[in-house]
Amino acid sequence: MENIYLTIVLVPLIGAIIAGFFGSTIGRKGAHWVASGGVGISTLLSLFVLKRFMFDGETVFNGPVYTWMVSDGLHMEVGFLVDQLTAVMISVVTFVSFCVHIYTIGYMADDEHNWPKTSLAGRNSYQRFFSYISLFTFSMLMLVMANNFMQLFFGWEAVGLVSYLLIGFWSVRPTAIFANLKAFLVNRVGDFGFILGIAAIAMYTNSLDYAEVFARAPGLADTQIQIWGDSSWSLMSVIGILLFIGAMGKSAQVPLHVWLPDSMEGPTPISALIHAATMVTAGIFMVARMSPLYELSETALSFVLIIGATTAFFTGLIGIVQNDIKRVVAYSTLSQLGYMMVALGASAYAAGIFHLMTHAFFKALLFLAAGSVIIGMHHDQDIRNMGGIRKYMPITYWTSLVGSLALIGFPGFSGFFSKDAIIEAVHHSSITGSGYAYVLVVAGVFVTALYSFRMFFLVFHGEGPRDEHAKAHLHETPKVVTVPLILLAIPSVFLGYLTIGPMLFGDWFKGVLHVLPEHDTLGIVGEHFDGAGGFILHGMMGLPFYLAMGGLFVAWFIYMKNPAIADKIKSTLSPVYNLLDKKYWFDEVYQAVFATGSRGLGKFLWLAGDRGLIDGLLVNGSAHSVGWLASVVRHVQTGYLYHYAIAMILGLLLLLTWFVFV
Amino acid sequence: MTLEKLIFYVLAAVIIAAAMMVVTRRNPVHSALFLILAFVACSGVWMLAEAEFLAIVLVLVYVGAVMVLFLFVLMMLDIDIAVLRAGFIKMLPLGVIMAIAMAAELILIVGPGNFGLEQYAAPVRHAADYSNTEEIGSVLYTVYMYPFEIAAVILLVAIIAAIGLTMRKRPDTKYLDPASQVLVKRDDRVRMVSMDAEKG
Amino acid sequence: MIALSDYLILGAILFAISIAGIFINRKNVIVLLMCVELMLLAVNINFVAFSHFLGDSAGQVFVFFILTVAAAEAAIGLAILVVLFRSKQSINVEDMDALKG
Repeated sequence: MENIYLTIVLVPLIGAIIAGFFGSTIGRKGAHWVASGGVGISTLLSLFVLKRFMFDGETVFNGPVYTWMVSDGLHMEVGFLVDQLTAVMISVVTFVSFCVHIYTIGYMADDEHNWPKTSLAGRNSYQRFFSYISLFTFSMLMLVMANNFMQLFFGWEAVGLVSYLLIGFWSVRPTAIFANLKAFLVNRVGDFGFILGIAAIAMYTNSLDYAEVFARAPGLADTQIQIWGDSSWSLMSVIGILLFIGAMGKSAQVPLHVWLPDSMEGPTPISALIHAATMVTAGIFMVARMSPLYELSETALSFVLIIGATTAFFTGLIGIVQNDIKRVVAYSTLSQLGYMMVALGASAYAAGIFHLMTHAFFKALLFLAAGSVIIGMHHDQDIRNMGGIRKYMPITYWTSLVGSLALIGFPGFSGFFSKDAIIEAVHHSSITGSGYAYVLVVAGVFVTALYSFRMFFLVFHGEGPRDEHAKAHLHETPKVVTVPLILLAIPSVFLGYLTIGPMLFGDWFKGVLHVLPEHDTLGIVGEHFDGAGGFILHGMMGLPFYLAMGGLFVAWFIYMKNPAIADKIKSTLSPVYNLLDKKYWFDEVYQAVFATGSRGLGKFLWLAGDRGLIDGLLVNGSAHSVGWLASVVRHVQTGYLYHYAIAMILGLLLLLTWFVFV
Repeated sequence: MTLEKLIFYVLAAVIIAAAMMVVTRRNPVHSALFLILAFVACSGVWMLAEAEFLAIVLVLVYVGAVMVLFLFVLMMLDIDIAVLRAGFIKMLPLGVIMAIAMAAELILIVGPGNFGLEQYAAPVRHAADYSNTEEIGSVLYTVYMYPFEIAAVILLVAIIAAIGLTMRKRPDTKYLDPASQVLVKRDDRVRMVSMDAEKG
Repeated sequence: MIALSDYLILGAILFAISIAGIFINRKNVIVLLMCVELMLLAVNINFVAFSHFLGDSAGQVFVFFILTVAAAEAAIGLAILVVLFRSKQSINVEDMDALKG
């Protein structure tokens, strides 16, 4: 099996190298074949691995593949840990990635229109794009298959790098450069916490290997450390929170979420692949993987729970007022990531991973559908200019409907199972902040339904596109775009129904995710579980279902039935609308405080430190003081021979006097 | 007071008196002559100390060569003594004070208290057939071989330096350079001209 | 008997006189050179005296070397003096201040 695992990881890398370095030689066709083919092989092998785990009782593989170095007992290796969690993750990652690869063939077909004619970066941009997404797949696989923290960090940074490259893919657009710089810097903040957490782990357990760290962690559960002065901190809380700060950056949790909406500057396929389905879930995966550590600190879990709930609700609200089709989906992603974090905070790790999986499919679907609409609208992304597209793009319409229903948690669709499980788990959680989280996630259901169907109605229903020219050219997108939509729509409908039993309440994650008995919220939910059908019936009587339906209805009423209400609400509640439209002023505050502040600090250090202290005082200062001293001392040098002779004699006399009298 | 001691004091008095004259005479030629006197007297003192070889060397080399060199130079230079004597009186008190202080301190150190006969008994006189030259030669050519050779090189360097410094080219003197005479070629002297015969 | 201190005091007085000479003849280079010769003589007297009283010929060898070096120094010093006079038409020390800082 080790060879299969290696192949899964390396084939996309080889594809990326060939497409990237030999892009001009193999041409566009060669590039997309080699990249898609590589990921296709990975997908098949991943599904094979998943099948082995599901039906053939494959044993967990945990071993090093290559030892990079050993320093003072600290092994730095490349190694794989393949268990049920990894099998699910690699299947999701490769499958979504494969769909995105195929979709990209259509989406990027006329990418040269996005570049100025003379742009050097615009040459072979098509091949480069394929190289990047294959490289991303490799990085993400390295991340999820890691069996040690060093490789985890490598994958973590590598996906960040690829994300940076792809957000700024259209490097001739200033907004894209701004967005990718912003994403990179915000991620640095998170990664700083993350690497501190890893350092703390390496310091106290003297190991980077997951298995060894998890084995030693319970022994450190009561360790207290001093960070500032005399205040005492629980080691596990510190490690948990530091690692989670990394997850906050990567999974875009409040207050480090600001980069994700801006990352929509990148091409739509990567918005689907990286900023919705896979990379942003790295934080979720990491926290779930670290469940043996998080279970030891209720403080860290509460922190995760509160941050997640805040993100889930408040970023959803912003989604209601956005007009860019991709930004609506982006804020929806933020909100759903918040849901996953809430699940993790409530110790329902399985529910978090379950939602991660279902969300990956329907969010990728929604993004690709949005991309399909964008292609149809000739790269106009404003939903106010759309409408009535249902008639022209039936496949996009139906797949979008499936995605939206899955997103709002309509009973039977995959999102319903995962979201309901999370809400139920939070309901039964008793740690600090769970009450707050429960209120927010339940309210979030209404918000989700409202913004999803607001967008859906505005785009697909109602009057046709305002622009007559766009209307004339509107038609269904080619097969390379629609086939992935259909491929993704299928799991969006059925996946939850099929897998909720074993994944959440069965023993699929037994021995992989660790939950202490007193935190076992999913166990309480599972006591009443009697099959997926029963879960649907139970869900249809719950509050979340009515809220979702309410949201759907409100969206229909406001935006379809009576559009005047929307403007009326906007004007009556203008302070609230402004607050949401400005995204709670996060961007403005960050710009003013951190961006301006650090530039001010840099300028201060440049002027005072570099030019004042180092250049002025140290470099020129020492030169000047030597010059001044020399100008004073040189008057001693009269040039007259007898002055030197007299000085010598005086010196001799003094020496003699000293010799005689001392 | 033995005769030996008497001779020593007379010679010492001559040396000191001559030295005083050296530093106070207004004419440098007189100074040089008094310096010669001091050297000669000093060689007598060295004789008393049984350093016969050095005493002769001092007279031969210093009086015979170095001081003659001094006198030659003095004769060659046209020195305006009046300018050089300016400030003589002004610096005299300071010079005397310095000299007295220096002498007092030195005598405090080397006086009879530290280096008297009690501390250093007078050595026994050598026999009449003792050769000081032989003794110095025997160490000079064995133990001090390398320093001796280096001293020889220093003298050679001094000769070359003295010549090199004072030699000067005189553009107005007429002389022939043998090297250029030897190196001369036919083309430097003869120019072959080919011309048509005159038509008559 | 002549004591060692007698020789040494003679050397000390000679040395002090030559220092006074340097002070009062500060402008005349050639007298300065003579004063330096006097100083060397004073030192040589000390060497010879110590050599005599300690019965060690090393002191006399040392005097021999000092004489060598002094001769060389006098030769070069006078040569410089001649060159100097040729260029400046003077041996006044006050005219030589090219090293002035």
